[in-house]
Amino acid sequence: MAKTVEGLYYSESHEWVKVEGNVAVIGITDFAQHAMGDLSYVDMPEVDDELEAGEEFGAVESVKAASDLFTPVTGKVVEINEALEDAPELLNEDAFANWIMKVEMSDPSELEGLMDAAAYEAMCANE
Amino acid sequence: MAFAYFPHTEDDIRQMLDRIGAGTLEDLYSDVPADVIYRKEYDLPDAMSEHEVRQYFEELAEQNTSLFCLCGLGAYDHYSPAVIPHIISRSEYLTAYTPYQPEVSQGTLRYIFEYQSMITGLTGMDCTNASMYDGATAAAEAMMMAMASTKKKTRVLLSEGLLPQVVEVVKTYAKFNGVQLGFIPCQDGVTSYGAMLAEVAAGDVAGVLVPGINKYGIIEDLTGYADAVHAQKGLLMVYSDPSSLAVIKTPGEWGADIVCGDSQSLGIPLSYGGPYVGFLACTKDHLRKLPGRIVGATRDVDGKRAYVLTLQAREQHIRREKATSNICSNQSLMALYVAVYMSLMGPEGLRKVNELSYGGAHYLHDRLLETGLFEEAFDKPFLKEFTLRSKVPAAQLQDALMLIGVFGAVEVEEGLVNFCVTEKVSKENIDAVVEYLTNCSLVISSERSESRNL
Amino acid sequence: MKYYDKLIFDLSKAGRQGYSLPTRSWDATLESLPAGLRRTEKPELPEVSELDVVRHYTNLSQMNFGVDSGFYPLGSCTMKYNPKINEEIAAMPAFAGLHPLQPAATVQGALRVYRELAKALSAITGMAEFTLDPFAGAHGELTGLMIIRQYHISRGDLKRTRIIVPDSAHGTNPASAAVCGLEIVQVKSNANGLVDVEDLKPLLDDTIAGIMMTNPNTLGLFEKDIKEIAALVHQCGGLLYYDGANMNPLIGMVRPGDMGFDVLHLNLHKSFSTPHGGGGPGAGPVGVAEHLVPYLPVPKVVEDEDGLLSVVDKDGNACGRISGFMGNFGVLLRAYTYILMLGKQNVKNVGPLAVLGANYIKESLKGCFKLPIESVCKHEFVFDGLLDQSTGVTTLDIAKRLLDYGFHAPTIYFPLLFHQAIMIEPTETESKETLDGFIEIMEHIAAEAISDPESLKTAPHTTPVRRLDETTAARQPILSYKDLV
Repeated sequence: MAKTVEGLYYSESHEWVKVEGNVAVIGITDFAQHAMGDLSYVDMPEVDDELEAGEEFGAVESVKAASDLFTPVTGKVVEINEALEDAPELLNEDAFANWIMKVEMSDPSELEGLMDAAAYEAMCANE
Repeated sequence: MAFAYFPHTEDDIRQMLDRIGAGTLEDLYSDVPADVIYRKEYDLPDAMSEHEVRQYFEELAEQNTSLFCLCGLGAYDHYSPAVIPHIISRSEYLTAYTPYQPEVSQGTLRYIFEYQSMITGLTGMDCTNASMYDGATAAAEAMMMAMASTKKKTRVLLSEGLLPQVVEVVKTYAKFNGVQLGFIPCQDGVTSYGAMLAEVAAGDVAGVLVPGINKYGIIEDLTGYADAVHAQKGLLMVYSDPSSLAVIKTPGEWGADIVCGDSQSLGIPLSYGGPYVGFLACTKDHLRKLPGRIVGATRDVDGKRAYVLTLQAREQHIRREKATSNICSNQSLMALYVAVYMSLMGPEGLRKVNELSYGGAHYLHDRLLETGLFEEAFDKPFLKEFTLRSKVPAAQLQDALMLIGVFGAVEVEEGLVNFCVTEKVSKENIDAVVEYLTNCSLVISSERSESRNL
Repeated sequence: MKYYDKLIFDLSKAGRQGYSLPTRSWDATLESLPAGLRRTEKPELPEVSELDVVRHYTNLSQMNFGVDSGFYPLGSCTMKYNPKINEEIAAMPAFAGLHPLQPAATVQGALRVYRELAKALSAITGMAEFTLDPFAGAHGELTGLMIIRQYHISRGDLKRTRIIVPDSAHGTNPASAAVCGLEIVQVKSNANGLVDVEDLKPLLDDTIAGIMMTNPNTLGLFEKDIKEIAALVHQCGGLLYYDGANMNPLIGMVRPGDMGFDVLHLNLHKSFSTPHGGGGPGAGPVGVAEHLVPYLPVPKVVEDEDGLLSVVDKDGNACGRISGFMGNFGVLLRAYTYILMLGKQNVKNVGPLAVLGANYIKESLKGCFKLPIESVCKHEFVFDGLLDQSTGVTTLDIAKRLLDYGFHAPTIYFPLLFHQAIMIEPTETESKETLDGFIEIMEHIAAEAISDPESLKTAPHTTPVRRLDETTAARQPILSYKDLV
């Protein structure tokens, strides 16, 4: 059973968001990494990329599948998790401990449109 | 119904239809609307026996003229060792599918890995794919790769020194793919460095594609190109003749990001233009945007060394419309051709092929000038093919050569003709051609000939 | 098959040679090239003897499965027998020695092959004209889509930049459309596995360039509403593209031109018996209806009143040039040889016998495997895994176990409509005995899945190598010899 973490925001496309001040820390959920299987590559954006909520910012790849990543919030990429470049398996080991990118939010109210852990679990139960 | 490629007896068909519960073969098309079933006789010849087929193709073959080849321009008459067709015709290679089941495809996977190793060795690049259709389409893929690898860039620059068929194919892909092209003119037979600098300075250039050896046969000096292009965050792409890379400075040494070209020069027969095999190689920074099949080494569950198609998440069968390219095959058997050729030649054999071609080409070049029918077009270094200004209309020259069974003097652009010499050409061959041209009373004219072929 | 562990590089020893080149003493040597244009280090190529090369590649070949080794039930791939006469014709020096830029007068035989093959393909498909330039199926798709776009552009109809692709389509369809600058609009399949006409209707407007269809589709089912679909798409101003990957069952029975298709590609390496060569070279000729003939790519081969053939390199109407020269000519020779062998008499039986084999296997095995759509199939059909999946044996396990029994695996996990897809296509060149042997082994595997599931989950056991670690291969790519050592 895929786990969730309380206190995070969740998107329908299986990203999680942790809010640290004005910065959104973004990763993929445990449910998503389970569905993908062993990950072989994480395609990440570049620092300073400007992203619109809902825009594609990268992808995760396994041997036989690929899934695009969509940012739940609008803003500028301020940091990417370079450890994933050489060790995509970190997302399989712990999807919540290993974030993918940090975005300086330009409109924190967008968070209101995301789900909490309970709502996200309910959505996954129906997939 | 009996035919060599259909093993079914009437009785087999009956039994199979019974199992299915159908009365006739046509019943198996009951789901097809009756008005689209084709009931007429097909407008095809009567079936032939093998012997008749052979005779028919021999008749067709007589309508071709075998010519002694002194032409290059993207297809080279290098010698192809006897071992190659022998290996290529092994049915385990010839009749195999794409190696999707690696457990029973280690032969194919292993030779592709070897081929990749040889191409990276020749080009000086980090990685390459399992091959492309031909050089021209490889160049088009390189263009799309440059667009995918750079952000917010809208243009790709092409040198006008590239072979015309390469430029035309890239233009076609660019038109439909939505890539803007810019062109860098040639000056004194080489790509204009100054014009390139001026174009790149605009800052909108994703990549610059220049030839290693251009359509005039001249070896381009790419000093400064990589720095200039990289300074504007674009990619340097080089179109190379891989055979030449055994001896001339490699794209890797020039600082290229992407290299493409046609490996026909590595022992593949002329075959009226195909099958040839394109190659596409790059630095490791661009590996994820490299289209096509790629073979990697790994191990099986017992720890045995094994090879497998890898990085497939880039490809169309997974990414569909988001794939870097629509290519879903390679010219696998032709990659084997190249691998066997390079194994036989080794570094020294390939150097000798170039040495022999170089020596012969320079001899022909000098002797042709002595005939008085030509003028030097550019005084620049060349390897195996070169361009002269013909004082005789090119078409006349070409026709005159064909009278003695020689194919050469193809017009590259108005008044400029191409000649190419490989290791197959001897001094006696060249002397005979030159002597013939000297004595065949071609009329030197100021009129320009009509363009042929290209 | 036996395991052999060497790479050609492992056999290399400095000073060995496998070549034989003439000795000539030319005055000019490479040393006269400016040093700045010369390579500084020798390329990393092996140095081996001729026998080393022959033995190495012979040993490698013995780890490969081919059509000549055994049965390939590979769906959507049409692994039919590759006749040997094809190879001999393609190797004839009078064709293999021609330079692609030779004047037309000196290559009339080659151009005749090009013309006659184009005409024969027109006869078989009901299209008006063909280009034989495309190198492969995907390349043909791209060329066909370029022709469609060129047609719209030439009419000033610039809005048509979207193309409809069914959800069951081959992955190349959307990928080719994207390369061609088209936006993909997906249309769903209905419960019978066919394009849902009701789902299609609202998608049709003046931005639609056309629809790409495979018929029979990737489930092996004939799209019986094709004429209605054609009428609807044409009514909205769009064109119909036919993906010829599944043409084999229709050869001799149905012509795509008669169903209303405007453009199609064929895979000569599937339906027309040319060898797959471990992934290529193939050929993907594109046929068009009369109104699209002007937009075919250059070079084109044209015939004058005296029967003289010539090559047209420049044509303002054409969609452009898509190949360096005139396609994989050697492959065209093979396909034409096959068509001449078939002739008008045997061509009629290609499709029906292919369909017979597929239905025979389907009916024989539906007691062990899950058949999601119960209907007469064409050249192929799809099972959705075992009927009894209680032991956790997957489609992958079945595929790998087949390798142990000397068969190639079917196409698996495609189409994406089913989770455990097993797609089987036998072709018309396989005998009833071969199919019976395959059926027997499939039944045996289904029984093993219950009695001894472990033997399937760890299969294959008898191949030169066993299941591979593909994850590590993708995480830490080793792509050439220098990465390995």
